[in-house]
Amino acid sequence: MRPRFVHLLRAEWTKLRTVRGWTIAMLAAGLVTVALGLLIASGDRASCGDGASEEACPAAPVGPGGEAVQDRFYFVHQPLTGDGTITVRLTSLTGIITYPPPGHDEIVDDVVPWAKAGIMIKDGAEPGSAYAAVMMTGDHGARMQHDFTHDTAGLPGGASNTSPRWLRLTRSGDTLTGEESADGVRWTGIGTIRLKGLPDEVQVGLFVASPCDLTVNSSLGGSSEECRFTQATAVFDRVDVQGSTPLGTWSGIEVADDDGQTDWEKDHRPNGLVRSGDTFTVSGAGDIAPLGDSGAAPIERTLTGTFAGLIIVIVVAAMFVTTEYRRGLIRYTLLASPRRGRALAAKAAVIGVVTFVVGLAATAVTLPLGTRILRANGINILPVSQLTELRVVVGTAALLAVAAVSALALGILFRRSIAAVTVGVAVVVLPYFLAVGAVLPESAAAWLMRVTPAAGFAIQQSIPAYPQVIGHYAPSTGYYPLAPWLGFAVLCGYAAVVLGLAALRLRRSDA
Amino acid sequence: MQATIEVNDLHKRFGSTVALDGMTFTVRPGRVTGFVGPNGAGKSTTMRVILGLDAAASGSALVGGRPYRTLRFPYRHVGALLDAAALQPSRSARHHLLWQAHSQGLGARRVDEVIDLVGLRQAARRKAGGYSLGMRQRLGVAAALLGDPPVLMLDEPFNGLDPEGIVWIRGLLRSLAAEGRAILVSSHLMSELQDVAGHIVVVGRGRVVADTSMADLIGQHATLEDAYLELTRDAVEFRGAS
Repeated sequence: MRPRFVHLLRAEWTKLRTVRGWTIAMLAAGLVTVALGLLIASGDRASCGDGASEEACPAAPVGPGGEAVQDRFYFVHQPLTGDGTITVRLTSLTGIITYPPPGHDEIVDDVVPWAKAGIMIKDGAEPGSAYAAVMMTGDHGARMQHDFTHDTAGLPGGASNTSPRWLRLTRSGDTLTGEESADGVRWTGIGTIRLKGLPDEVQVGLFVASPCDLTVNSSLGGSSEECRFTQATAVFDRVDVQGSTPLGTWSGIEVADDDGQTDWEKDHRPNGLVRSGDTFTVSGAGDIAPLGDSGAAPIERTLTGTFAGLIIVIVVAAMFVTTEYRRGLIRYTLLASPRRGRALAAKAAVIGVVTFVVGLAATAVTLPLGTRILRANGINILPVSQLTELRVVVGTAALLAVAAVSALALGILFRRSIAAVTVGVAVVVLPYFLAVGAVLPESAAAWLMRVTPAAGFAIQQSIPAYPQVIGHYAPSTGYYPLAPWLGFAVLCGYAAVVLGLAALRLRRSDA
Repeated sequence: MQATIEVNDLHKRFGSTVALDGMTFTVRPGRVTGFVGPNGAGKSTTMRVILGLDAAASGSALVGGRPYRTLRFPYRHVGALLDAAALQPSRSARHHLLWQAHSQGLGARRVDEVIDLVGLRQAARRKAGGYSLGMRQRLGVAAALLGDPPVLMLDEPFNGLDPEGIVWIRGLLRSLAAEGRAILVSSHLMSELQDVAGHIVVVGRGRVVADTSMADLIGQHATLEDAYLELTRDAVEFRGAS
């Protein structure tokens, strides 16, 4: 004989499927998620050009890790064959920021916190190619970075004439070691990393980059971002390359020169190299970093309709049990399964699994279709690994399922549809709306997405926020304060608590 | 499997109200036992305690010698009709029985059998919400019979039945008892039980005031109704001056 629990599962499944309204509502939950996602995707358009002629925006280069990157900087380089070492002394890092707040009326001499100047070994000068670099930054001291997303801190401080900083980068096979020194004698390691598949011939040299200066103006219902042009200038001397350098001469290029410079840049302060004897003065703009969401859409943009499906799922899941209380049918449920914990477990499992399957079908259809529509509308999609895509698709379905189980438990606690649905929507969907819709200040929005069950929406975030890249990281731009699985765990925690309370109430009270 | 219900010294209060105050009786196989008493006497509460729906403060209630909550597939041990209105109105009668059958490891064939037994074949696929009270009673009886149980507990099964339905259910109850089942039928109308119950348990204020055969009860009084009024005189809370 099969275990009793299987029969309870079958009974609850029979209950769920034999009320036509619920079947229709569950299908509607899936369909509305698909429809809303595709509708929003088809309304999203982007084009690039000067207004007279619209053309597709160029796709961002892709880094070795598969992510979209920005790879724009000034590079003074020459080829290096095989193993080798580059050592430099950095005596100055200065720069300009154009028209910063509060006045927005002048160009000031300053460096942005993540302006970068240092030495680099890179797999050619193509944007997106693998690299490792040792650098001084505007505000974050010495760093070693590689392949766009990886960042290791060295010692803090800056570089100046009176206290210069020495940097050294050594290649040995596919191992690269970054070091720094205050005097060129005693060296401190920053990091050792591996660049798999780095070819024998690489480009070695000096680089300068300076990301734009971001300010975010938040207001009720939205925010505007402004990123102003900045430029950094570094002075290097004691430049020494050990190893096989067949050319023996330096040349400077603008990596990823997309001709995006303003006239002012070209005329007044062009990026480039000024060489005076052994002193190299290099000016650069741009950044070497993951792209973030500027100019491209993350895959989860297509799942914007999830909240609508979620509301329907909450209603069905709550009514799945509250109607039993309303009609007195709960007594027959408990007659059929006097072990009340099991009755609850069977109900929760059925509503959870059914919601998961419906949600998975919806997300598995919406994401590929939606990204296709976005691409057709000229919007580039930020590439992510298949594993991340799977996490977003499956995780969204799991988010719906866990919310459904929570709503069921709320139904047992309140025994009334209105109360259970109201509370369910108020704690799961409403915080998401308030946070993502930029109704609240960003700090409050971030807290909502940390401490309420809406934290579970973090499972949809495909592009992480990087501390070493300045960006507008807020729920309204698709960045949640908790990591995907951590946010999902918060939702699961709430579900477990409310399910436990429901079990307690069900067990203790007379039916 | 014993076909008995044994209720022993049940006590229960709802707040300051005493609901059960030493309720004790036994329902034996092979006959219909009437369970009568005024409103608030504790009939429904006793039934709910027997079925594990309500917890008693003390005492025991056993079905076939075992507490209801320990039964594997309880419908196969005892069938219960509690509240004919307890159904999801938008679910068909057949599906209402089907989920209960599935919960007990039974299949659709058994559902169709009990539907035929209670005469609902024509209406089985209609939404139960459209059922008259009489049809709902038949549906409730069908659910109670699903597991072909040796013990049956029916709370006010005559409610809402038309004369034909009352004749039908009396015949059904008699034949089920003749098969050796133990059957407890509650009612507040003695006359409904007159031709069907072989034994009567009269309760008032949470305890048994009479536990006797129908023949003895009628022998002592002019009519069953007189017997009932006599026995429950002290047990009812309100009664018009007479």
